[in-house]
Amino acid sequence: MPTYELEINGTPRAVTAEADTPLLSVLRTELGLSGPRFGCGAGECGACRVLVDDQSMPACDTPVWAVAGKAVTTVEGLGSESDPHPLQSAFLKEQAMQCGYCVSGILISAAALLRRVARPTEDEVRAALDRNLCRCGAHNRMVRAILAASAEMAR
Amino acid sequence: MTDTPPLPKSLGANPLLSQWVRIHANGCVDIIPGKVEIGQGIATALLKMAAEALEVDPARIRMVRPATGDSPDEGVTSGSQSIQDCGRALRHVCAEVRDLFRAEAAMRLGADMAELGLDDGTLIGPGNARLSYWELADAVSLARPATPGTRDVLRTGTDLPRIDIADKVFGRPRFIHDMRPDDLLHGRVVPPPRIGSRPAPGQDLAALAGAGIQVVADGAFIGLLSPDELAVERAATRLREKVRWDGGAPLPDEASLHDWLTTQQVDPVVDQRGEAAAPAARTLVHSFLKPFIAHGSMAPSCALACWAPEGEPHLAVWTHSQGIYNLRADLSVVFGLPPERIRVEHVEGAGCYGHNPADDVALDAALLARAVPGRTVRMQMSREDELAGGPFAPAMRVDVEVDLDAQGALSGWRHTIWSNGHSMRPGRSKASTLRAAAQIEGGAPWPIAINMPPATGGGADRNAMPFYDIPARTVTNNRLTVMPIRTSAMRALGAFANVFAIESMMDEAAVAAGEDPVAFRLRHLSDPRAWDVIREAARLSGWGERAAVEGRGRGFAFARYKNTGAYCAVVADVTCTDEVRVNNLTIVVDVGEIISRDGVINQVEGGAIQATSWALKEAVHFAPEGILSRGWESYPILRFSEVPAVTVHLVERPEAPPMGAGEASQGPTGAAIANAVHDALGLRITRLPLTRETLIEAMELGQ
Ligand code: FES
Ligand code: FES
Repeated sequence: MPTYELEINGTPRAVTAEADTPLLSVLRTELGLSGPRFGCGAGECGACRVLVDDQSMPACDTPVWAVAGKAVTTVEGLGSESDPHPLQSAFLKEQAMQCGYCVSGILISAAALLRRVARPTEDEVRAALDRNLCRCGAHNRMVRAILAASAEMAR
Repeated sequence: MTDTPPLPKSLGANPLLSQWVRIHANGCVDIIPGKVEIGQGIATALLKMAAEALEVDPARIRMVRPATGDSPDEGVTSGSQSIQDCGRALRHVCAEVRDLFRAEAAMRLGADMAELGLDDGTLIGPGNARLSYWELADAVSLARPATPGTRDVLRTGTDLPRIDIADKVFGRPRFIHDMRPDDLLHGRVVPPPRIGSRPAPGQDLAALAGAGIQVVADGAFIGLLSPDELAVERAATRLREKVRWDGGAPLPDEASLHDWLTTQQVDPVVDQRGEAAAPAARTLVHSFLKPFIAHGSMAPSCALACWAPEGEPHLAVWTHSQGIYNLRADLSVVFGLPPERIRVEHVEGAGCYGHNPADDVALDAALLARAVPGRTVRMQMSREDELAGGPFAPAMRVDVEVDLDAQGALSGWRHTIWSNGHSMRPGRSKASTLRAAAQIEGGAPWPIAINMPPATGGGADRNAMPFYDIPARTVTNNRLTVMPIRTSAMRALGAFANVFAIESMMDEAAVAAGEDPVAFRLRHLSDPRAWDVIREAARLSGWGERAAVEGRGRGFAFARYKNTGAYCAVVADVTCTDEVRVNNLTIVVDVGEIISRDGVINQVEGGAIQATSWALKEAVHFAPEGILSRGWESYPILRFSEVPAVTVHLVERPEAPPMGAGEASQGPTGAAIANAVHDALGLRITRLPLTRETLIEAMELGQ
C-alpha cells in the first residue's frame, strides 16, 4: 500500500492506505478524529466536510491520493476550548444547533467562506452552506452565528 | 386539608427518591432521568429544573446516561412529554430531597426548619452554623418513596447554556457513532427490497462478500462483519447490487396513493361529539393527501452490541433509541432471554424526529454480535437504508365536510381519515416490531402499526377533532390493517395532516362566510389562551394591513397541539412563481410555564422549518418493486437558501403547567403555507408536498 504525506490540523502525518481510500475513513479510523462525521458517504450532506487548503470539501468523497501534500483542517483544527475559532465561539454564544450532528461540516464551510469573503452578506452565507444539510431546522441560528463571527473577526 | 395532588406520572411508576437523584459527599449530585437526549436539549432543561428544586449550583450536577436497570423506566421520549413527565418528577423529587436535608440539618443544629437559609446545598442556621448536603449525604437515606404534596420551588428564569454543545462545536466524541471500544468489529446489513423478500437460493454470499468478511445470514437477514470498516462498507455496497431476491409483497403504486388508501381493509373508530343541529345552508367538501415522509436523520442509525463470551447468555447494547426499556422488551422477545439478562444503555445520536431505524439497527447489531461472543460489534446503517428502509410517517388521506348555517357559522364538521397506524414502536406487543425480527428464520411477522389511544394524544387522529366551537363534530379514523410500507411515529403524528386539512377548510369556510380568516376563527373559539396566541400573531404580523402583491400571499393557521398541549398560531408569507418560496413565518406559542426560553424558541423554530420542508418538498417515492427515494438527491429537504426567516414569540404563563414545545408548530406551519399559496394564486392545494408538479396539477384541475 502506498504512503501519503498529509498535513492534518497543522501536523505532518504519513498515512499508509490504498489510493482510493476516502479521506473521511483516514481521518476517523486511522487518525482517530471524531469531528468529521459520516452522514451519507456520497458528497450530498456535508457532515464530513473538511478544509483542503482553503476549500471546503466532502471528506467522504475525496480519495486520500487527492490530498497528498495538502493541508487538511478538520473542526478540531479550527480551534479548541482554550483557543476557539471565532466561529466556534459564536456557535456557543448563539447555542446555534439542536442535535449538532451537522455542525462540524457547517463550521468548516463557514470557515472556508470567511477566508474568501471577510464580511459576507446573509445571502452569501446561505449560498455557501447550500451543500450542508441540517434536519433539525437550526439554520437561522447558524447563519446569525456566522455573521456575528465575521463581524467579530473584522474588529 | 385540601386535596393533595397525586404524584407525577413517572414518579408513581418509579417511586424511590434514590431512583432519580444521588447526593455525594464530595459535593456532586447525580441526576438520573428516564428521558433521553435526542438533540432537543432536554438534558439541560431537566438539569435546570433539578438544580432549582435542590437549590444547588447547576455545575454540581452530572446527568447520568439512561440505562435499563439503573434508570427510572419512563417509557419512550416522545410526544413532547419530557418536561411534563420527567421534569415534573425531578422537580418533585428534588424539592423533597431538599426538604429532607433541611429537616436533618434543623434537627442537628437545633433550629427551626423555617429559619434555615439555603445556599448552594449548604443550610445556614442561627449564628451562621452551617451543614451541607455533602456533609449529611450519608445520614439522609434517599431509598424511600416520594410522598405526594406540593412544595415551593425556586424559579430562576435564566437559561442555562446547553451541556452538550461544546463537545459538538469542538468535534469531540459525543455521538454513539464516535464510540470505538478496543477490538471492535464493524457490521453492515444488506436489507431485502420488500417485506417478505427472501434471498434467491444458490447464491454464494461468502464469495460475493470476499476475503476477510464474515457473513452472518439468517433467513432474509444478511449481515457482514469485519475489523476493517472500509472493507465491510465496500462489501456491503457490492452485495446490495449483487444479491438476488425472490418474492415479497408488492408496494402500492405511488400515483394511485389517494385511491389506494380508501380501498384497503380498515379498522374504523368513530368519535362523535354534539348534535347535528338544523340542516346546513351550505356544505364545503375537500379531500386532502399527505404522502409518506421519512425521518431523515442526518446520521445513519448506529448501535453497538456485545454478548458475554461464555456462561449464562448476557447481551449489552448501546443505542440512540428513544425508549431503552421498550427496546429491551423486544430484544428479550427475539432472543428468548429474560429482560434482566439484557442491558440497554442510551448514547446520544443525531436528531431522530420520531421512531426512525434506531431500534432496528440495535437488533441488527445484536444479531451480528451473537456470531462473535465476547466481541463488540458496531453496526451502522447505510444512508440509503436510513432513508428507504425505515419506518416512515404514514401517508394520510383526510376527507372533510364542513356545514355552514344560514348566518355563516360552522354548524357541522365531518373529518374522515385513512392512514396506517402511527406507532409500531417496540415493547408494546407480543411480537417484536424490529425490522430483522420478521426477517430471521422462523421470525414472527411484525404487528401492524397501531394508533396510541386518544388519552395519550392519539395517532392518525391526533388533532383531528377540530378545536373550534362547532355544534356537531365527527371524526372517523380508518386505520389500515395492511402495511406494505412500514410506518411508525414521526414528530406530531397525525397532527401535521389533520391541521393542514382543518385549517385549509377554515379558510375556505371564512371565504364562504365572507369573513376575514382570523376573525372567523376567533368567532368559533371560546378558549382565551387560543384567542391570545391568534390575536398576538395577527398583531405582530400586521395581519390585514398589507396590500396585495401579485404572486405573493399570506396565510394564517392555528392549532392547540393534541387539543390539550401547547397553543400555536402561525402567519406565513410566501412568493409563488412556478415554485413556492416561504419568505417569513411569524409564530406565537403558549407552552405554559417556560422552563428554557431559548430551548422553546429553538424547538418551535426548528419544528417550523422542518414542517416547511415537509410541506414544500418531501415525499417518499415508491413503486411496486420497492422504495425509490434512497438518497438526498431523490429525497430532497429544505436547504439553507430556502429556509424562511422565522420569528417566535412566547406568551408568558408562569402560573400554568409547563408543556412540551417540540411538536407545536408543525401542523399550523404547513397549513399556514397552504393558505398563503391560496391567497397568492387562488388555488386550494389539497395535496402535499407543494412542489411545482402539485401547483401545475392544481391549476389544471382548477381550470
Ligand atoms: S458524509 Fe460526506 S457529504 Fe455526506
Ligand atoms: S442540528 Fe441536528 S442536523 Fe443540524
